[in-house]
Amino acid sequence: MAEVKNKEARIGVFVCHCGTNIAGTIDIEAVKEYAKTIPNVVVADNYAYMCSTPGQNKIADAIKEQNLTGVVVAACTPRLHEPTFRNATAAGGLNPFRFEMANIRDQNSWVHMHQPVEATEKAKDAIRIAVAKASLLEDLVPKSVPVEKTAMVVGGGVGGMQAALDLANAGIKTYLVEKSPTIGGRMSQLDKTFPTLDCSQCILTPKMVDVYRNENIELLTYTEVEAVEGYIGNFDVTLRKKARGVLTPKEAEARGIVGGGCTGCGDCANVCPVIKPNPFELGMAPRKAIYIYHPQVSPLIYTVDFDACVKCGLCVEACGEKKAVDLEAQDEFMTVKVGTAILALGYDIYPIEKKFEWGYKNFDNVITSLEFERLICASGPTGGHLVRPSDGETPKKIAFVLCAGSRDNTDTGKPYCSRFCCMYSLKHAHQIIEKIPGAVPYIFYMDIRSFGKMYEEFYYRIQNEGAKFIRGRVANITEDPVTKNLHVNAEDTLLGRPIDMEVDMVVLAAAIQPSAETEKTRRLFGVSCSQDGWLLEAHPKLNPCGTTTAGVYLAGVCQGPKDIPDTVAQAEGAASAASIPIHRGEVELEPYFAQCIEEKCAGCGMCVYQCPYQALSLVEKDGRTVMQVTEAKCKGCGTCGGFCPGGAIWMQHFATPQIVAQIDAFLLGGEQ
Amino acid sequence: MADENWKPKIIAIICNWCSYAGADLAGGARIQYPPDIRAVRVMCTGRIDPLFILKAFQDGADGVLVSGCHFGDCHYLEGNYKAAKRMFLLKSVLKNIGLDDKRLRMTFVSASEGAKWGMVMSDVVKTINELGPSPLKEFAR
Repeated sequence: MAEVKNKEARIGVFVCHCGTNIAGTIDIEAVKEYAKTIPNVVVADNYAYMCSTPGQNKIADAIKEQNLTGVVVAACTPRLHEPTFRNATAAGGLNPFRFEMANIRDQNSWVHMHQPVEATEKAKDAIRIAVAKASLLEDLVPKSVPVEKTAMVVGGGVGGMQAALDLANAGIKTYLVEKSPTIGGRMSQLDKTFPTLDCSQCILTPKMVDVYRNENIELLTYTEVEAVEGYIGNFDVTLRKKARGVLTPKEAEARGIVGGGCTGCGDCANVCPVIKPNPFELGMAPRKAIYIYHPQVSPLIYTVDFDACVKCGLCVEACGEKKAVDLEAQDEFMTVKVGTAILALGYDIYPIEKKFEWGYKNFDNVITSLEFERLICASGPTGGHLVRPSDGETPKKIAFVLCAGSRDNTDTGKPYCSRFCCMYSLKHAHQIIEKIPGAVPYIFYMDIRSFGKMYEEFYYRIQNEGAKFIRGRVANITEDPVTKNLHVNAEDTLLGRPIDMEVDMVVLAAAIQPSAETEKTRRLFGVSCSQDGWLLEAHPKLNPCGTTTAGVYLAGVCQGPKDIPDTVAQAEGAASAASIPIHRGEVELEPYFAQCIEEKCAGCGMCVYQCPYQALSLVEKDGRTVMQVTEAKCKGCGTCGGFCPGGAIWMQHFATPQIVAQIDAFLLGGEQ
Repeated sequence: MADENWKPKIIAIICNWCSYAGADLAGGARIQYPPDIRAVRVMCTGRIDPLFILKAFQDGADGVLVSGCHFGDCHYLEGNYKAAKRMFLLKSVLKNIGLDDKRLRMTFVSASEGAKWGMVMSDVVKTINELGPSPLKEFAR
């Protein structure tokens, strides 16, 4: 590992205008003339858009004409265009890793818009720093690693199911991991879908069956991700299969029980003496300690709630010869190897009782939209008859409060738009007009956001059906203690007058937030989140399905609020992205590996403990102990290199002499 | 020593995944901050050898900023914990050799915290302006 000599370095500097993004603030000509005076620079040029074909050609031509050993482009950020300019560098016949970028847009012209003189000086420094590094860069070759031909989808809602189906139908063995006992997710809780008014279950259950039957999908319900190791192409995912207490026919067969296992007959639940609220019905209906969420679950296998079970054994008796119930079941762990993974972690309803002024959980007849979905749903706890929780009467005058907790910059709200509440509230209005003769919905809104295909038309239709729209935020809701009717206090901002409206029921279109498991799962997969907790895509416009962790992709609401069509579309995009490395069969890893400079290594082994990936080990070589790097495990963080007391670790592309040269170039170079 | 034209020289060594991305986001949002800091990008703050920082001070830096991911968010699991430990140690060394340890700062700015990056930039520049030129400056040349 010879240190790179920079005596023969010949660097070309290319300054980008980025239209007026950079040139509007920074004096490009001055920067270019300055660049020519930096040691090792043999050519400096500028162009309106360096990333365009003529711009890239300038780089390739200069490499050939000037026999360059390194290239510096002063432009946007390496996070956007490093790959572009590496390709241009390679097109000129130079190793692509002999390229270095000076960020003079995102971290300069855009943030010092009113200080052109200082910004120009900063750009000069940035280029000097980049030239110092480029002078010391060496040829590197990306490491190619094989990709495991399997994929994993975490989350079995409509997004996860779609992604798993697409992967499976593309011939890829896919593990679909779902934490709850059934797939289906939030969509299975909905009654109808806007704007087509399709029955949600009717369009979802065929998909659930497809997933269950697809031989390329290994469906792992009641299972959670416990640990993730490895990298793109080679993830080792440890799963916890929670104790279900009920054997599937396959599991029963494995235990030698002929013709046994759960058939979903429900005899066990009939005799179970323990009654608990059913979370699928949001607690509005009971279930037993041995249960299914609803009749259409997939797989149709019962589950024992071991927190509630009293182990009386009645279910074991009722199951009889099928011997499906095992009350001594324990959690099981399994590790699977996958090439790529898709996170489809979904959402939860924001705990809207935090907005105490609306009285949710204090007033019986204030419910959330999801509770409304269950109450209006034919398979719900009331058989589709909307009733007031306080007295079971049919409500006639119903207020819908939109943006309940969304678009709310207070401590108890969410700043973002939850995106589908306007549309489902319009649908709710339609449903009560249709189902309850004489019922009138009053919709309190800020704006109606009907952005999708046929959505605006649906809005007009609901207006014509007789729904009343009141533009104004609801200040508070009070309850009549005798009738349990509610008084909605708001301001009609179109008429400019206060409103006190007595209604039978209030439906809060509560905000949504990332699901409870999102935080834990994203950390296991090394995915970042934005400030509001939604998972961070690799690029908001150009890579909305990818993440900054190679091989991990996003689908559905976990990336940000979206409705069913957008979720399914993103899931298909994520599945396509996740299948590319698998079909290619190999991926290239950036060659930022650690290397041991053996003549400096004292074999102390302290670096071995610094490495989070167990990539380093001590070996005997020529009669002495030295460190050895397993490149396939090294991810290039450099934590070993930052620690080695002997300076014996060479971090490729971020080597000590390269970084020190950058520090020196800034502080000792230039005008003092 | 205090020269009227003195402008602080501050170097920021920042990680690729969180702070560098946060700094880019500040750009996208056009958040304006003082132009006195120059950035050097590393893949992880774990890469930062304390000697780099001593070298920067020896070269005459008036301040050094190290910025990485929030704890638990490190792209490489725990590089930022290790960096933080080293920075704590280094701060005590600085104090003991008579260099104000406020000249070295470690912050945690995520890829979504563009506004926070702007605040960190302003605050670091303010701190260094209050401290004035580094006493090591005269040894630098």
